[in-house]
Amino acid sequence: MSPAQSALFPAAEQAATQFDVLTLMLWICGVMYLVVLLFVALAIWRGARARAAADSPVTEAADPTLSRALAIWSCVVVLGLTALVVGSFFADRSLAAARDRETLVIRATGQQWWWRFAYRTPGGAWVETANELHLPAGRTARVEVGSTDVIHSFWAPPLAGKMDVIPGHANVLDLTPQRIGWYRGTCGEFCGLQHAHMAFDVRVESPADFDRWLAAQATPAAPQSGDPSVARGQVVVTQGQCAECHTIRGTAAAGKAGPDLTHIGSRRSIAAGTLPMSRGGLEGWIEQPAALKPGTNMPAVSLSPSDADAASAYLLSLK
Amino acid sequence: MSEETPAFRVVGDVSALPDYAFGPRSILWWGNSAFMMIEGTAFVLAAAAYLYIRGKGGHWPPPGVRPPDLLWGGLFTAGLLLSELPNRWLQAKTRQFDLASVRFGVLVMTLAGLALAGVRAVELSHINVRWGVDAYASCIWLLMVLHTTHVVTDLGDTAVLCLWMFTHQPGPSQFSDVNDNCSYWTFVVVTWIPIGFLIYLGPRLL
Amino acid sequence: MTAETDLRARGLADRRRRLLAAWADAPGLWGFLTTVDHKRLAARYIVTTMAMLFAAGMLGVDMRLQLAAPDMHRMGPQGYDESFSLHGSTMLFLVSVPVMEAMAMWLVPLMLGQRNMAFPRLNAFSYWMYLEGVLMLWIPHALGFTPDLGWFEYPPLSGPAYAPGHRADVWAQMITFTEVAALCVSVNVVVTIFTMRPPGMTLGRMPLFLWGMLVASFMTVFGLPAVMVVTSMLIADREVATHFFSPSGGGDVLLFQHLYWFFGHPEVYIIFVPGVAFVSSIVETFSRRVVFGYVPMVVAVLAIGVLAFGLWVHHMFAVGLPKMGADFYTAASMAIALPIGVQIFCWIATMFRGRLQLKTPMLWVIGFIVTFVIGGMTGVMTASAPLDLQLTDTYFVVAHLHYVLVGGAIFPLLGAFTYWYPKATGRMMSEVWGRISWALVVVGFNLTFFPMHLLGLMGMPRRIYTYPAEMGWGPLNLLSTVSALITVVGAGIFVLNALLSYWRGRLAGANPWGGSTLEWATPSPPPPYNFDYIPTVDSVAPLWTRDELHALEGLSLDSREVLVTTLVDAKPDNRQKSPKPSLWPLLTALAVGVMFVGSIFSPWPIVWGSVPVAATIVGWFWPTRPRAQRGPLRART
Repeated sequence: MSPAQSALFPAAEQAATQFDVLTLMLWICGVMYLVVLLFVALAIWRGARARAAADSPVTEAADPTLSRALAIWSCVVVLGLTALVVGSFFADRSLAAARDRETLVIRATGQQWWWRFAYRTPGGAWVETANELHLPAGRTARVEVGSTDVIHSFWAPPLAGKMDVIPGHANVLDLTPQRIGWYRGTCGEFCGLQHAHMAFDVRVESPADFDRWLAAQATPAAPQSGDPSVARGQVVVTQGQCAECHTIRGTAAAGKAGPDLTHIGSRRSIAAGTLPMSRGGLEGWIEQPAALKPGTNMPAVSLSPSDADAASAYLLSLK
Repeated sequence: MSEETPAFRVVGDVSALPDYAFGPRSILWWGNSAFMMIEGTAFVLAAAAYLYIRGKGGHWPPPGVRPPDLLWGGLFTAGLLLSELPNRWLQAKTRQFDLASVRFGVLVMTLAGLALAGVRAVELSHINVRWGVDAYASCIWLLMVLHTTHVVTDLGDTAVLCLWMFTHQPGPSQFSDVNDNCSYWTFVVVTWIPIGFLIYLGPRLL
Repeated sequence: MTAETDLRARGLADRRRRLLAAWADAPGLWGFLTTVDHKRLAARYIVTTMAMLFAAGMLGVDMRLQLAAPDMHRMGPQGYDESFSLHGSTMLFLVSVPVMEAMAMWLVPLMLGQRNMAFPRLNAFSYWMYLEGVLMLWIPHALGFTPDLGWFEYPPLSGPAYAPGHRADVWAQMITFTEVAALCVSVNVVVTIFTMRPPGMTLGRMPLFLWGMLVASFMTVFGLPAVMVVTSMLIADREVATHFFSPSGGGDVLLFQHLYWFFGHPEVYIIFVPGVAFVSSIVETFSRRVVFGYVPMVVAVLAIGVLAFGLWVHHMFAVGLPKMGADFYTAASMAIALPIGVQIFCWIATMFRGRLQLKTPMLWVIGFIVTFVIGGMTGVMTASAPLDLQLTDTYFVVAHLHYVLVGGAIFPLLGAFTYWYPKATGRMMSEVWGRISWALVVVGFNLTFFPMHLLGLMGMPRRIYTYPAEMGWGPLNLLSTVSALITVVGAGIFVLNALLSYWRGRLAGANPWGGSTLEWATPSPPPPYNFDYIPTVDSVAPLWTRDELHALEGLSLDSREVLVTTLVDAKPDNRQKSPKPSLWPLLTALAVGVMFVGSIFSPWPIVWGSVPVAATIVGWFWPTRPRAQRGPLRART
């Protein structure tokens, strides 16, 4: 079992609070369920024995003993429910309390079918990336979710429960990650054909690592590879069809419709969790996006095999 | 466990009971009321949608849009409220099986309905905004269309009853039918009060 | 045989002959199309819903096969989206609600000792409308424009910008058809129970079954208008460019969700409360004891009916509500567990104090308690606003809703089907095969859906057509798929048992289970006029308290007439004519159908389509009386 996208292995304060409510629920409901099962078993045993004794129906509904038992049972149910309501209430308070500790603002924009993430740098500028969220451990990030098309839901189970991403509504979710590691999030509200492939990777890292990562993301693209095809790839990507939709900061590519590719080579996966990051994966995705993710808004780009290979080499080099 | 049905012992006879009834003693009255309940719920929900959109803030009506004209709306409202007078009178006459009065009454109500439908038609051209302009316009038109449908439906019902009453010999059940139709008209009148308020005064006061 | 009893027997035979002449349908196709017999219409309804249950169930199996292993490609995303949309829409709108309405249609008059319902033609109209709703969804499916956005189609995904074509309109109008059908039956049930109870059946002596059906019908009356309003608004947004749900035009996509769930949450109880009604009847008969706690049971079902309208927001905890509001809905949603807990207690107490017979219908009730309580508990979990954020729209919710709808409504329905089958057909279903199908379905169901709770907690969202292997969801999904196949085998045995028993089952007699309510006081199957006499009652279990039922006579034997009694005390008040068979309900349904189908393509059919609708309605209600002899429009002789 992989804990990367599991609510059962909380890695942030919010998910831990929700997990505590789940634990409380499981205990109370579990005990109540066992009591019901016990009653049913008793009733079957008793009722079947009584059958042997007499067969004429009982037409008197009242029964003082049962009435008392019903009163007790009702009290037990009310007590159990009260405990759960109170537990939920305090969990809600503690989720709300994180609002005062926000130290970082991130904008997460859901689009059919990928995530645009934008970070505010210490300098106040916005740096854009896609499908990979980096968070500093121990700090509270304010994630402002928004949608440009339909309703999505931002959901990284190990970090926190869902927050719907609704056009026309500004929703905010706080995340206070505690454990360093790789996690995975996904869209939690059916949003059309490729709802299944709208995932994002989450990297929780130390604040120092995070600051380094953010600083690197803010820099313009710089291919890091000795591969000779990279130069050809840069021409193909930044001066061809790709540039109409994608931005690669520091080059002529400044399209806005698709994900920012400035540091795509540093990311873990391609096309919102559809494929792991690799040169072959990139090449396949460029040539046949609809085969890998039917319905995707990314058009197939007709490139010669050598150009496609060069393009993927270039993209992979954008660390 | 029994093969046979239990024996029945006859202990009474209902043949002396009347074979018609008015109001809550009649089956049709209940059916009529239930459908009014359904339609009333739809009205309430449409009004709730209006208030929800209104509650989002912003201008109501949006800038550059005039609220619906009061003249024709006021005329319709006055006419509708006045029509309740002959409607009450007719409803009372149905219980007396007064055929001449009932024929006269349904004729009056048919003409009143026609006149009101005519006013409503003019009213629709004085809403001052098309439904597709924005959510405000959509909400106003939703309420208007819902209520107009009821006006037209009951007008049709009254007209058919009118034709029938003049051409046939009604039995007690048909007087009861006219009675139920009167109740339905009252429903159309009563629901207009909050709906008319939302359409005409909402944009001015809310 | 004495001369007196001989005379009585001959009198009875004569009475039956005359009643039959008055109440029997015409033979053949004409009778089929014009019938207003509540039993025939309800049976037709039930058979159609069962066919739909089969079709939608197969879609479910198809989806299970797709999800059996990671990265499967036997279905593409479009096929999968269509499957779950068709599965959910069919199950909710074409199976669960109508089958409960149909059970009420079949049973309510019999349990009231009546000859028909209050509005027999409305029942016929309802069935034809429902059938058109079925065709409205499945003919487009055959033609390749299946709705593909689930059983609740949220805008803007279902709006004009993101759902071009007519798939979403098909879905919305299918709902309109079925809701009109359901509203008609609900009005009928309410009015029948209010005005046509047998003399002596005061509100305090109404069987719990009737209370359940009454509450469910009232909930329908108040809940269903919301979905008709909201789908009409959606169609208007799509067709005439209104802006109810478009943020750019000042509308709000959440308005759709509020209105939809204002219907959608009560909908769950509209399905569940009739299930509760079946359980009360079955528990009473097989415990051979009047259900303990009549007043708490009635109060509980009324409380469910009221509370169900205050909970809709718990479907929307993730939309970003103010926390205080969310906490209120958490408390309200959990509060509904109390009346349900009371009911569970009363049933178990009745079994405990009674003389329990574990016949198949009772086994279904036990399957219901054991399964449904889990669904109730997971319902309490999803009602918690903070926890629900992790659960909503995941497989946890898929598990929960199936536990509630299948465990809470379909298990009681199968029990009810087995229980009243002999009344409807005159023959018993096989006990042995009944037990086998029960065991396979209950065990198979739990093994199919229980793992889904875990999958949801492990992060599996609902409505995904495939998933990567590294998520680790494969083994539990495989278990679920295999178990689904077991369930299907069990369900197949149930269907075969029902089919074969129709010809080969043991003859049942009037009251094979020793039931206490009036439907068991007439032969199986009941004649078209249901009862020879109008029974009167003086207790909640009339067949257990009297060997000889008291009855009234005096209703016409040669024309269709029913007895109307007073609302609270059920005192005989008046006699009213009951409508004869008629083709008008079918013609009206066809006219309405043309209007609705046309409205998918343009708004104008609503205008011109209303003319034939009006004409058929006039034909339907046109009273047949002699022409006027006086006045300006008198008949000329």
